[in-house]
Amino acid sequence: MTLAFAALTSNSLVHLSPVDTAIIAFYFLLVLAIGFYLKGRANTGEDFFMAGREMTAWVAGLSFLSANLGALELMGWAGSAYQYGILATHWYWIGAIPAMLFLALVMMPFYYISKTHSVPGYLKLRFGEPSRALSAISFAFMTVLMSGVNMFAMAKVMQIVLGWDINFSIWVSSLTVAVYVTLGGLRSAIFNEVLQFFLIWAGALLIPILGLYEAGGWSHLKVLITQRASEQYVHLWAGLGSFSNNPMGIHWTGIVFGLGAVISMGYWTTDFLVVQRILAAKDMRSAEMAPIIGAGFKMLVPIIVVLPGLLGLGVLPMKLVPESVATVTHGYSYNDVLPLMLARYCGPGLLGLGITALIAGFMSGMAGNVSAFTTVWTYDIYRPLINSKGSDHHYVNMGRWTTVIGVLISVGTAYLVMRSASIMDYVQALFSFFIAPLFGTVILGMLWKRATGPGGFWGLLCGTLSSVSMWAWVKVDPTALRYVALSPDAKALAQDMYQALWSFLVCVIVTVVVSLATKPIPDIQLKGLVYGQTEIPPIEDVPLYKKPVFWAGVAGAVFVVLNIIFW
Amino acid sequence: MTTTGRSVSIWFFIGLSLLVNGVIILGAGIYEIAHPPEFPVVLFQLHASVWWGALLTLLGGFYCWHYRPSAGSD
Repeated sequence: MTLAFAALTSNSLVHLSPVDTAIIAFYFLLVLAIGFYLKGRANTGEDFFMAGREMTAWVAGLSFLSANLGALELMGWAGSAYQYGILATHWYWIGAIPAMLFLALVMMPFYYISKTHSVPGYLKLRFGEPSRALSAISFAFMTVLMSGVNMFAMAKVMQIVLGWDINFSIWVSSLTVAVYVTLGGLRSAIFNEVLQFFLIWAGALLIPILGLYEAGGWSHLKVLITQRASEQYVHLWAGLGSFSNNPMGIHWTGIVFGLGAVISMGYWTTDFLVVQRILAAKDMRSAEMAPIIGAGFKMLVPIIVVLPGLLGLGVLPMKLVPESVATVTHGYSYNDVLPLMLARYCGPGLLGLGITALIAGFMSGMAGNVSAFTTVWTYDIYRPLINSKGSDHHYVNMGRWTTVIGVLISVGTAYLVMRSASIMDYVQALFSFFIAPLFGTVILGMLWKRATGPGGFWGLLCGTLSSVSMWAWVKVDPTALRYVALSPDAKALAQDMYQALWSFLVCVIVTVVVSLATKPIPDIQLKGLVYGQTEIPPIEDVPLYKKPVFWAGVAGAVFVVLNIIFW
Repeated sequence: MTTTGRSVSIWFFIGLSLLVNGVIILGAGIYEIAHPPEFPVVLFQLHASVWWGALLTLLGGFYCWHYRPSAGSD
């Protein structure tokens, strides 16, 4: 294995020792072993696609979080922290915590009671087949693109850090994911995601510990950053009073309403990639606790993602530049900050673990996308639209083949993404296209019984089209940014926030108008699907400290305190 | 904290991973003390490999022992 890697290594940021190679090789062997071990427990559709619906709150919660700890989380947001400062933390706190708690306490009961296999499956029950088909097809499209992004990001970082050939990285990682998801289905993906969660912490936590030691503590790091960039790089909210007073060019309304109220709500409550993990929970209480456990750890993730970016800003001797500039000057880009920090502090063994953490993060994201894609394709596209009379065994086989095909499509997408100038902008644009309007449709479906099938369908379609139109408008005419993002100073991320907000509003308005103009759905058909028509079974009689609402309150309080501390 | 059935617990796999990685890193750290590298990393004098490797070994060892298949705890 060492010789094979060495042969592929050319110019690289670091060189692996045999010890590092052994750690990476052990990781690959272990994930494959888990896949083979779980093969015998993925024989039925319920096992393969839903992991038997027997996960505990901890397993489902850590998997829920880990499925999101992909390429962009680790590398992209560390780079964003270098570029935008502590503002990147908003994507972990206001951009996640309220949504996770909302999912746990408000939305999870409807998902769980309806016993749906997927989010599009819920739309079928609530709004009918057209809404399901639209959301399933758009989700499948988005998922394979996201998977391709993950693959490309991984291959890129392996090329920069280790000098590995980009094709070698893409094919080794994708084939590994294909093997273990094909064998063990969702259970295998979930097991590996939890494993990857621990590896990510074990491999990445040393960077902030040693970095803070070198910088002289948090207070001195803030001084260093202020000297090298500006004071606004270390404030979460203080600079958001105007578009031009912060590194991101965003106003607090974009963060609160665009990110906090729409994008994060859309992602964490309706993106099937993450919701699927919760649907695999063994009972209602576990399903409610899982997102709360995820929220608790999510608040800590900036320690291993945002803090290394800030430390890079404070202690790295070289100045990092945008990807487009780095390509021309052969310098280091923002996205290189995490590998650079890893190489700065980690010797043999630790370096291998850090690289393994990166690979694990990339692969967990990929596996999450592939397993979600497989379920949606099989249950929401293939079964209702192509072959509705297959046996359970037939659909499991379809799931296994779809896993392989999904990976191959993702590989193709990875090669397409290589042509894109900015990974982050690409993915954010995708989120805005599909996720924000979908949230509008699902939340109206759950909370407003007057919403009708045509209302849900046309709202979702118009919301998605409006998002695509705004994105295309700014591409064709960049001055349109002043209308879409309310300011000509807005950066790409700020544009995405407002684009999501407008598309959500379009979706809601169209849904309401069309629903009011069409025939209401009889109450009897809404049982178990809509607030007011659903009897939520009470959580068993447990002490206060075991109740989801108690821990949601704790998580909410910590969230508020953290925002005040880093204001 | 468990999955279900009479299978090997997921926490055992996690313990195994931490244990093996911890032992390798600890060993590498001790070797580096005896044979300091020509180009050491920043803060090499803290010997992070040794204490981080030891921590992972202890944590992994505990998980392996507590969730070992024969213990009956899934």
